[in-house]
Amino acid sequence: MSSSHKTEERPAWVASFFASADQQRSAASLGMWLFIGQEILFFSGLFMAFIAYRWLYPETWLSGADVLNKWLGATNTVVLLTSSLTMVLAIRDLQLERVKWAIRWIWATVALAGVFLVVKAFEYTHKFEIGIFPGTHYEGGAVEGMAGLFFGIYYVATGLHALHVIIGMGLLAWLVHKIKLGEVSADKDILAENIGLYWHLVDLVWIFLFPMLYLVR
Amino acid sequence: MSTETSSAPEPSYLAASSGFKSWFLTVDHKRIAVMYLVATTVFMIAGGLLAGMVRVELFTAAGDLMDADQYNRAFTLHGSIMVFLVIIPAAPAVLGNFVLPLMLGARDVAFPRLNLASFHIYMAGATLLLLAMILGSFDTGWTFYTPYSSTTVGPVAWALTGVFVLGFSSILTGLNFIVTIHKMRPPGMTWFRLPLLLWSLYATSAVQILATPVLAITVLLLVFERMIGIGIFDPALGGDPILFQHFFWFYSHPAVYIMILPAFGIISELVAVHSQRSIFGYKGIAFSSLSIAIVGSLVWGHHMFTSGQSIYASVLFSFLTFFVAVPTAIKVFSWVATMYKGEIQFTPPMMYVFSFLALFMIGGLTGVVLGALAIDVHLHDTYFVVAHFHYVMMGGAIISYIGGLHHWWPKIFGRMYPQRLANVTSFLVFVSFNLTFLPMFVAGSRGMPRRYYEYIISYQSLNQIATVGAITLGISLFVTLGYLIYGAFRGEPAGDNPWNGLSLEWTTVSPPIEHNFHDQPTVSATPYDYDGWEAEENARAEESG
Repeated sequence: MSSSHKTEERPAWVASFFASADQQRSAASLGMWLFIGQEILFFSGLFMAFIAYRWLYPETWLSGADVLNKWLGATNTVVLLTSSLTMVLAIRDLQLERVKWAIRWIWATVALAGVFLVVKAFEYTHKFEIGIFPGTHYEGGAVEGMAGLFFGIYYVATGLHALHVIIGMGLLAWLVHKIKLGEVSADKDILAENIGLYWHLVDLVWIFLFPMLYLVR
Repeated sequence: MSTETSSAPEPSYLAASSGFKSWFLTVDHKRIAVMYLVATTVFMIAGGLLAGMVRVELFTAAGDLMDADQYNRAFTLHGSIMVFLVIIPAAPAVLGNFVLPLMLGARDVAFPRLNLASFHIYMAGATLLLLAMILGSFDTGWTFYTPYSSTTVGPVAWALTGVFVLGFSSILTGLNFIVTIHKMRPPGMTWFRLPLLLWSLYATSAVQILATPVLAITVLLLVFERMIGIGIFDPALGGDPILFQHFFWFYSHPAVYIMILPAFGIISELVAVHSQRSIFGYKGIAFSSLSIAIVGSLVWGHHMFTSGQSIYASVLFSFLTFFVAVPTAIKVFSWVATMYKGEIQFTPPMMYVFSFLALFMIGGLTGVVLGALAIDVHLHDTYFVVAHFHYVMMGGAIISYIGGLHHWWPKIFGRMYPQRLANVTSFLVFVSFNLTFLPMFVAGSRGMPRRYYEYIISYQSLNQIATVGAITLGISLFVTLGYLIYGAFRGEPAGDNPWNGLSLEWTTVSPPIEHNFHDQPTVSATPYDYDGWEAEENARAEESG
């Protein structure tokens, strides 16, 4: 398909309907920020429900938080914060054309995400062992009151967050693939920037989930 | 490889390529719009037939044609199809997709592949929703109120998943439009030279991005509630069904503005072009779209006046509901002022503008009535509410959408439908619409509740008028569909600019070429500059500055 419009000074990887590389880059960036905005609203529903029920059942919420393992939660917070750092380092190295290091940092991010999930899995299995299931299936005796509700929200919130972590790992692996193909590099780094933004969002959601579920008294 | 002398004319987007794949995998916003057009029309016919079944059942006071369960399924499917598959996507995804890049002078939306993905996601969500219809009794109403929806048997989870998936499509379309309007404007296209349809699509998209994710988490929580019993809406476990209502209407009231804001945009275009006059109060209309989007997001509680929510909250919600009428009235007055001393053309699109103004006024003002706390307690869940939202949703959103189709049809297909027949039919649609829904105001104010398949005999005559009206309305709409299809294939060639419109989509050929414009268009005034003085003034300012 021959395009009939005049070709200016523009690299071949700029899509035909964009006037310039700059326009393409800023469009992709704005799109990602809007996506992040809607993600935050998605999780805000869960936060709202959690706060509403905390207000209704303060005792349940307090004793529920005591059952959660603060040390494992804190460990995971450190792990995710570190993974955000490695993500930033990856993008920086990509922009400075140190491709080998960029890829190493991305794999480090994926590895930290894996650590997060393993810790999470230990938390889940421990709770299953003592009968802490969501909602109607709750059979542990550790928490009084509306324990099923508390853990219902706990499992949905952390589960949806974990799903975002898994999706993020997939995106990061895909990013490595794109870098190796040369489709993402120092001058066309917007995909890396956007996946980085997504990863910080995953981190950010956990930064809110951790104190809300584990710490607030 | 651009040869400056174009010997053969470029083929239109319709003729550029052919075959199933050239449509199914297209990234051309115009072809995606046409696919949406076909899909929403098919769903509108299905939803309309279901409405017909409901009306025929209500022809007599006794429940003779269907039993209660069948009736519940019929109105549930009618509501779900019309809201989620027709009205929410129709104006943005069909007309918005087609004209937004053209009006902007862009070659496509910012993310064409995402646009195609939105369409396929829409079809997947529609399939899930229709699957729920086939699999068995999905009878919760389109509102999915708990605890009924979390305890009833039947494929509610399928329908909910369908709504979740459809939400994705809606969010991605909104995201695409906002980025396009921000980033793809050509030289000279300042914010205040945007056609007003784009302002309203911008406001619509903002609501889509901000409200839809809340619906997504809500239906997801309800799916979990049904499948593993997380207890979040289950009173037995301490959950609160009212929380569901808050969540649901936090999306679904703004969703009303997702449906009606594009209608405001369409009417703004139509009224200026078909009066051949500069739009009155450009900035007033533009900013009222945004303020409706903002205030409209804060009024969800007016659906819950009888739910037992705090009376102080109700008072606040009631006040905010009244407040929405202010920017809405600014628009209506501006449209009427635009027509004043204009050369009003009695074209089919203009006929729909007249219909819209009358019907939307009734719908809007009865909304203010329902927003009043004391009256709402009496009218809650009666046919008054049904009549009100049909006046807004159908009389406002669908009528303006049909008017918009008549306006842009010659641009989309390059051919004109029979205009006199269209004028007559539009009048029939208007009359039969009122015949259908006006009696419902009366029945409702006398206390006839909604969602019942039989009723006491004293409401029978009102219901019979409504049923006759509904059947006439259905026939008129089928005639409309018929001549539009005829026009698309066999109509007279329409020419590039049959209405003498000034926005950019009328400067290219009809139907447009695949890349929309031969040369990058530039803009020197608003698209409503019928006297030409604005362009003159801008030119003078440029010379002296």
